[in-house]
Amino acid sequence: MVKTPMKIQKKAQAGSLESSDVLITVAPSDKLTIEITSIVMNQFGEIIREVVQEVLNDAEITCGEIIINDRGALEYALRARLTTAIKRANGGEE
Amino acid sequence: MVKRSKDFDVTKALRRTLLYVPGNNPAVLQDCIIYGCDCVVLDLEDAISIDEKDAARHLVAAALKHIDFEETLISIRINGTDTQYFDEDIEAIVPLKPDFIRIPKINCKEDVHYIDQRLSEVEKKHDLPIGITKIEPMLETAKGIRNAFEIAEASPRVFSMSVGGEDLTADLGIKRTSTEEEMSFARSRVVFAAKAAGIQAIDTIFGDINDEEGLLCSSRNAYMMGFSGKALINPRQVEGIHKGFMPDVEDLEKAKRIVDAFNEAQRKGLGVVAVNGRMVDAPVVKRSLDLLKLAKSYGMVN
Repeated sequence: MVKTPMKIQKKAQAGSLESSDVLITVAPSDKLTIEITSIVMNQFGEIIREVVQEVLNDAEITCGEIIINDRGALEYALRARLTTAIKRANGGEE
Repeated sequence: MVKRSKDFDVTKALRRTLLYVPGNNPAVLQDCIIYGCDCVVLDLEDAISIDEKDAARHLVAAALKHIDFEETLISIRINGTDTQYFDEDIEAIVPLKPDFIRIPKINCKEDVHYIDQRLSEVEKKHDLPIGITKIEPMLETAKGIRNAFEIAEASPRVFSMSVGGEDLTADLGIKRTSTEEEMSFARSRVVFAAKAAGIQAIDTIFGDINDEEGLLCSSRNAYMMGFSGKALINPRQVEGIHKGFMPDVEDLEKAKRIVDAFNEAQRKGLGVVAVNGRMVDAPVVKRSLDLLKLAKSYGMVN
């Protein structure tokens, strides 16, 4: 969904802690860190990491602090929330 | 992307119930088809606060891409042309080919012309056939109701129109009541404008979710007036509305006889359809065919 190269220029948040949702916080950093907590960490932790990495790659984001607090979000919701967080951190929609 | 078979035609699909679903709630979005409504309206407008417009747009777009809504019709209520969100909404939604788009607060034909032009631009950009995106204008201002006839004919994209009671009564400075007398002129006018243009009309919501009798009465009225369906915000109302739109058994029997006679006349190559020696007009045949189609959805005929 994010096509043009993006940069995490400021702290931003998207999503919620409601069931089936995910709260994502992104913040500027000089290296890339992805921190994941999930109610389904054992089953889906790796898949969540892969999806997050894929969305970041598409947006050509190579640094930033990414904090994922997952409440059982399906993949489409995870993608959407991360997209929103990245765009907000990049200064809104292009 | 919403996938439909080649011969699918939204203008002919059954749409008795149009359930509004808030566009920013994953739990509700991914489960919205379980309530058995004919159509869902994923809402980017009134259900979404201003600081979540972007998030809802991204979530609904992702849902359209990744969730299988099966046979349920999918529409999106986008933000109006008078908002800063309109352009981003259509840019995100049109490429995903929803069955149609609901557009709030349409006041005149110029509003439709503007939307038509903007949709064409987005369709062109994404290599989609121009005109593929169907729209359902919402008439919910005094001005919109006055201009109902010109709005209905403003573009081939307009396949249906809806009347919005909440905003309309606010515009008139009156309150909504359970008898809905205050809505009678607007409802009639929207139905007449729609039928004159050969398109469908969809009724406004019935707000009191605890008034089952009122809901049934409102739905029955809508059906008798010529509406194809009714919007709703609470899934509990699906059953009541479907009940209201159910054909009468006597009417159905009559319709069956007419359709039988029509088929018989076609077989024999006769130009005139007759039941019990009385000639039946073409519009009556059409109405009977429509009624049988509706009855089929209730399992009342094979």
